[in-house]
Amino acid sequence: MTKAKVAAWFKKYTMMLILVLVVAFFAWRTGGKILLPQNINNLIAQNAYVFILATGMLLCILTGGNIDLSVGSVVCFAGAVGAILMAKGMNLWVAVIVMLGIGLAIGAFQAYWIAYVKVPPFITTLAGMLIFRGLSNVVLQGKTQTVTDATFKKVFGGGAECFVPDLLKGPEGMNLLCVVVGVLACLIYLFITFRGRLSRVKKGYSVEPIFNTIIRSVIIVAVVMYFALQLSKYKGIPTALIWVALVVLIYGYITSKTTMGRYLYAVGGNEKATKLSGIDTRKVYFFAYTNMGVLAALAGILTIARMSSAQPTYGDSYEMDAIGSCFIGGASAYGGVGTVPGVIIGAVLMGVINLGMSIMGIDQNYQKVVKGGVLLAAVIFDVLSKKNDTK
Amino acid sequence: MSENILEMRNITKLFPGVKALDNVNLQVKKGTIHALVGENGAGKSTLMNVLSGIYPFGTYEGDIVYEGDICKFAKITDSEEKGIVIIHQELALVPYMTIGENMFLGNEQGRAFAIDWDTTYAEADKYLKVVGLNESSRTLIKDIGVGKQQMVEIAKALAKNARLLILDEPTSSLNEEDSKALLDLLLRFKAEGMTCIIISHKLNEVSYVADEITVIRDGATIETIDNAGHNIDEDRIIRGMVGREIEDRFPKRPHVEIGDVMLEVKDWTVYHPLYQEKKVVDDVSINVRKGEVVGISGLMGAGRTELAMSVFGRSYGTNISGTLLLDGKEVTLRNERAAIKAGLAYVTEDRKGNGLILSNPIRVNTTLANLEGVSSKGVIDPDKEYAVADEYRQKLRTKCTGVEQNVGNLSGGNQQKVLLAKWMFADPDVLILDEPTRGIDVGAKYEIYCIINDLVAQGKSVIMISSEMPELLGMSDRIYVMNEGRIVGEFMQEEATQEKMMAAILRSTTD
Repeated sequence: MTKAKVAAWFKKYTMMLILVLVVAFFAWRTGGKILLPQNINNLIAQNAYVFILATGMLLCILTGGNIDLSVGSVVCFAGAVGAILMAKGMNLWVAVIVMLGIGLAIGAFQAYWIAYVKVPPFITTLAGMLIFRGLSNVVLQGKTQTVTDATFKKVFGGGAECFVPDLLKGPEGMNLLCVVVGVLACLIYLFITFRGRLSRVKKGYSVEPIFNTIIRSVIIVAVVMYFALQLSKYKGIPTALIWVALVVLIYGYITSKTTMGRYLYAVGGNEKATKLSGIDTRKVYFFAYTNMGVLAALAGILTIARMSSAQPTYGDSYEMDAIGSCFIGGASAYGGVGTVPGVIIGAVLMGVINLGMSIMGIDQNYQKVVKGGVLLAAVIFDVLSKKNDTK
Repeated sequence: MSENILEMRNITKLFPGVKALDNVNLQVKKGTIHALVGENGAGKSTLMNVLSGIYPFGTYEGDIVYEGDICKFAKITDSEEKGIVIIHQELALVPYMTIGENMFLGNEQGRAFAIDWDTTYAEADKYLKVVGLNESSRTLIKDIGVGKQQMVEIAKALAKNARLLILDEPTSSLNEEDSKALLDLLLRFKAEGMTCIIISHKLNEVSYVADEITVIRDGATIETIDNAGHNIDEDRIIRGMVGREIEDRFPKRPHVEIGDVMLEVKDWTVYHPLYQEKKVVDDVSINVRKGEVVGISGLMGAGRTELAMSVFGRSYGTNISGTLLLDGKEVTLRNERAAIKAGLAYVTEDRKGNGLILSNPIRVNTTLANLEGVSSKGVIDPDKEYAVADEYRQKLRTKCTGVEQNVGNLSGGNQQKVLLAKWMFADPDVLILDEPTRGIDVGAKYEIYCIINDLVAQGKSVIMISSEMPELLGMSDRIYVMNEGRIVGEFMQEEATQEKMMAAILRSTTD
C-alpha cells in the first residue's frame, strides 16, 4: 500500500480505531469489567434512546447542519401522555400508537414552519423545546406517573425481564436463541456482501480487492459473534436491542439506497442546485423533521418502559447526546456528509466512555468534561481533515 | 521606461505530487501593463500567489526581485507594504458593509479602539473619484452592480498605495461596457506611472491593453511577446497557449435538418422577486426549432438569465405572465420538476453555486436531475447509477480519476462537462445553456461546442445565452438580442455581426 492509501484508510476508519482504543483503555483500567456480559447488556439498554435519536438527528443534520433541539422535550411529552393514558386503562398498543401519533404530529408541526415558512430550524425547535417541556409538566401536573403494564415494559425493554425468551431452550447459562440470531445475522451479512460482489463482477464493474472484503467480513463476523456470545451468557437479547436494530437497519437503508436519502445529502451539499434539479427541497426538510418527531416518540416509549415511569424531567438534554453522537460519528456540521453506521459508532463511543467512567467511579461532572472534550476533538478533526482535502 | 520593476527568477513551486511551476521567469517593466495568459491550470494564479506572499517565502524555489531588492514575503501584508496589491478573481467584498468600510477593511483609519469614520469616508470618496465611480462611499456593496464592485476593489488597492497592481481575471464577470471602462482605467493608471499585471482569458482585451504578453503553459513560461503596437494576432497567442494550431475555434456542424418549432414563449413578462414593481422581462416572445441553436446576446443584467429561469418552471421571478408552447401545445410549468418532465433543461451560468454539489462525486451529480432513471420505487440501483455516470464520463471525455472523484476537485471545464452530463441524462428536448463556456479554457470550449453540435444533431433544441459575441456568431443558427428585459433584435446567422448586435443594444437603451 502506498502512503496515500494508508492515509486514506486511516481517515476512513479513524473513529473505529479510536473506539477500539477507548474500549481497550477501559478494559485495562476496569480490569476487564467493561467487557462483562452484564455491562455489554447495560451499554445497549442504557443507550437505546441515543441510538434512535441520533439516527433521526442525522437526517436533520444532513440537510445542512441543522439540528433539532426539541427532541428531549418531545421524548418527555410523548412518554408522559402515554404513561397517563395507560394508567387510565388504555390498551397498551393503542397507547403506543397514540404516542407515535403525537410524535408525528409534533414533528409535522415543526417541520411545516421549517420547510414551508422558512423559520430557521434552530429557532423553531428551540421554541418546541420550551413548549413541550412545559406541556409535559402540565400533563403530569409536576408529578411522577408510574407505568405498571408488564407487557409494555417487556416489549420495550424495561425492568429486569426485558429479554427475548430463549425459545430454543438452550443449556443453563447460555441463551441459544441469541447465538442463533447472531449466526443468522452474520450469514445474511456475508450473503449480501458476496452476492453484491459477484453481481458487480458479472456486470464488469470494478470491485475492491477480495482481500479487503474478506478482512472486513472477518472483523464484522467476529464482533457480532462476540456480542452474541456475551449476551447469551447473560440473559439473551435485550428487547431494546430489537428496536434499535430495526431503526438502524431501516434508516441505514433509507439514507444509502433510496432517492429520499439521496435528496437529504443533496440538499445539504447544495440546496440551490438541488432545487434547480427539479427536487422539491421543502419536502426534504419536511421529511427530516417530521421523521425526527416520530423517532423522538419511539425514544419516549423506550424511556418510560425502562424507567417504569414518566417524570417531567425525563429526556433532559437527550438532544445533546444525539447531536454529539452525530458529530463524533463523522457527520459534517455544514451538512451533506454523514452515515448511519458512522453515527452509531459515535453513539457507542459516547456510551462506552460513560459506562467506563461510571465503572471506574469517576464523578458525573468530570464525565461531562470528558464528553465535551471528545466532541470538540471530533469536530476539530473533521474541520482539519477537510482543510487538507481542499489544499 | 525599460527598467524592470519586477523580476521573478526560476520560480519553482511544488504541490504534493504536482509541479505547479517549473523554473518560471517573468520580467515586468516599470510603468507597463503586462498580461499573463495561459489555459486554466497553467499556473498563472499560482505564480501571482507566490508573488503576493500567499505562498510564503520558503515554500517555493527561486528569487523575487522587486525594485532591485530580493524579497522574502512571509505574508500578504509584507508584499502590500511594498506596494504589490493583488485583486482576486472572486471579489472579496462584504455585501452588507458600505463601500468605505470595505475599502479600509483590515486597514482601518484612526486608532484600533476608535475608528475615525469621517476620515474613512472622506478618503474613500477621494479614491472613488480617482477610479471614476460615481457612488457615495456610504452605499452598501450589495446595492451596486458587479462592474462597480470591481471598481471598488481597484479603489481599495489604490488606498493601499499600490505601485504594482495584479488583477486576476478582472473582467470575467463584467459585460463589454464595464470591461472597457475598467481597461481604460488601467491605461490611465499606466500613463500616471503605475505598473499592472493582468491575467485574462479574453484575448481581445489583452491585445488592447497589454504592452507585453507572457504565455504560460503547464507551469512553464513559453514566451514573452511584445505588443507595443496593440495589434497582435489572437491566433498567435492561442498558438502559444495550447502549443498547437487551432484551425477553427468553432467546430463545423454537419448539416442538421431544422424542424418545427419546439418551444415557443409568447408575451412573457416577469417581475423582480423582491422589488415587485420592477419588470425584469418585458413582453418577450421567442422560439426555438428542433435541431436549431438559438443564441441570446445582451449585456449583463439584460434579463437573459431571468428569462431562462422563469421559463424553466418559474425558478425566478414573481407575477409571471405569458404563454408557453411546447411542440405546439400550451403548457403551464409550475415548478422545476414540471419543467424537467415537460422536456426542458436549464444549465446554469453559476455551476458552483447553482449547478453542482461540489462535495459529492461525479456519479451523484450526474444522476441528480433524473434519479428516477436509475431507481425503481424510490430505491436506487447503485450499479446502474455507476454505469450511467461512467457512460457520460466517456461520452463527454471528462478528465478525472473516475466517477467517484468529487466534483469540487475538477477543473472548470470538466465541471461544466459534469453539469452538461447531468442535464443530458435528464433527456430534455430543449436545453437552455446559460454562459456554457464561462471561465473555461480554449480547448475545453471547443469540446463544449462539439457537445452542442451533437445535441442538435439528435434533433434537440438548444438556446445558448452568452456574453461573448464571437461565440454566438460562431455557434448559433439565429440570434436574439436582449436589452433591458426586451428583445431588441433578431438576426439569422448569415446577416449577424458584432456591430449590428451592439447597435441594436445601444439604440434601444433608454436614459
